[in-house]
Amino acid sequence: MENNKYPFYFIITALISLFLGMSFGLLGGLQYIFPDFIKEKLPFNAIRPLHTLFVVSWILLAAIGGIYYYLKSNLNLKFYSNTLVKAHFWLFILTGIGIAFSYVSKNFAGKEYLEFPSYFYFPIVLGWILFGINYFKSMFSSFKTWPVYYYMWSTGIVLMIFHFTEAHLWLLPYFRDNFIQNVAIQWKAGGSYVGSWNMLVYGTALFVMEKISDESRYATSKKAFFFYFLGLTNLMFGWAHHIYMVPTAPWIRYFAYIISMTEWIILFSIIYDWRKNLLQEKKMRFSIAYKFMILADLWVFLNIIVALLISIPAINLFTHGTHITVAHSMGTTIGINTLILFSSITYIFNTAFTFSERTIQKLKKGIQIFHISFFLFWTTLLIMGMKKSFWLFGNSSETFSKFQESQHGWHIAFVLFGLGIITGLGIIMLQLIKTFQQNKFKKHLK
Amino acid sequence: MSQSSKYLILILVFICVFSIYNFIIYTSKSEYKTIHLSQKALKGENIWLQNNCNSCHQIYGLGGYLGPDITNVYSREGKGEKYIKTIVNSGIKSMPKFNFSEEEKDQLVQFFKEIDQTGHYPDANATIGKDGWVTIKNKLLENGK
Repeated sequence: MENNKYPFYFIITALISLFLGMSFGLLGGLQYIFPDFIKEKLPFNAIRPLHTLFVVSWILLAAIGGIYYYLKSNLNLKFYSNTLVKAHFWLFILTGIGIAFSYVSKNFAGKEYLEFPSYFYFPIVLGWILFGINYFKSMFSSFKTWPVYYYMWSTGIVLMIFHFTEAHLWLLPYFRDNFIQNVAIQWKAGGSYVGSWNMLVYGTALFVMEKISDESRYATSKKAFFFYFLGLTNLMFGWAHHIYMVPTAPWIRYFAYIISMTEWIILFSIIYDWRKNLLQEKKMRFSIAYKFMILADLWVFLNIIVALLISIPAINLFTHGTHITVAHSMGTTIGINTLILFSSITYIFNTAFTFSERTIQKLKKGIQIFHISFFLFWTTLLIMGMKKSFWLFGNSSETFSKFQESQHGWHIAFVLFGLGIITGLGIIMLQLIKTFQQNKFKKHLK
Repeated sequence: MSQSSKYLILILVFICVFSIYNFIIYTSKSEYKTIHLSQKALKGENIWLQNNCNSCHQIYGLGGYLGPDITNVYSREGKGEKYIKTIVNSGIKSMPKFNFSEEEKDQLVQFFKEIDQTGHYPDANATIGKDGWVTIKNKLLENGK
């Protein structure tokens, strides 16, 4: 099965990216505590994009690697091209290295989260197009029987290409000189390409849940498709809750307000139904994958509360621009996406390799350390957000600088809990990479 | 009609509605009022982007949180042009020590001046309706634009 190694390469690179992303996050956190810390070599304006580059790479590479693995393992499908998978992998790796080099050498040119020089747009989009060609060529013949997760992956790929392109429209003079429209479109694109990768991740969640339970009815049910279309509505039209405070036309924001109220119910309901019907023996067989999915369910629940509250403009007025927004995005990227992706990876490893009892114990330890640390980290962000909101709206005469100094203790707590997250996820990653190393020449990868 | 055909039709409906929606967002300039950045301000924005100022600072609460929001730094009491020009090259706290020329500083100030005219952040005078909706204070209407 020589051809099956590239999905694993995507996954291993994703794990390395996660480690790098967390490390840069920690360095950034240290600059909150010690403002002069490595500021000359690697200032915060370089650390933050490096952090986001690697954590976003983790999510995308882990999701893509999983999808390639699942397609290639499906004996009913004729996988279109291994050569395209290789080209896709190396294109993304070289582009990622190029972008990281740009950031380290402080060569910035783009908007928030896409701060790289604009020419990197082309290899990134080409990589997604190669992925799309391979996906649709492999899947087209079975369209009539597609379960919902195939629709979700298709949607994720197509809309990622569209919204990533949309995120670069600001380069055109037509959009650039109207500042408010430019901000609106930047956040429309940003919100929606996050929605696009969520389609890939949530589709993966459904796929893994189906495989663990051996129950395929849900993924073809009308309820699953209802939630898919509701999710698509959110992806396409719900973005403006990011910019309630930006003076765009009220209808744009009001429309998003209504749509946003349906958000998150979707995935919570799906996982809840699955969990309710899952047999004990299946939970035992895929114990680690199951544990990750259940924790993701908890975080969906916690995030529903935060997301729904901050989507109400009257509350958003006070939470926008504070760490409550960060808590929400960390809850999504770490609490939901990362846990679902670890569930997917451990499911793949569980089917392709064998976890020893010792490895399982270490993975459980890692999960425990991660989860306690992440809960405290998330709570700290909420508290920091509330304190900033009081500062912003409480008629305080304190300057920003003085306010930041008063937060010193919270910044220390935030970094310490971040260190706990790195330790927990580091243990998990190390065990997975070791398992891969020990098995790569034995079974699937021979 | 099979389920897959029904879903396909529904997806096509979504694509049509989404296309119309995008067309309105991209073309209806009146939805964003009439503030256009001047060439000098656009040069200032380039400096903002090339130094990734957004990683620490926010505009309308969007961006990094290490530094303050700069939406209204131009008009805020105790801030303004002189303050901006002094602080950008100061290298204070975790801020990198930039070495902007006078011309670059002027361009940055122009960028801040023009975005300041687009609105307020934080909007302490926004009004909250009974339905949870917030009406933000419109600086453009205040200025008669």
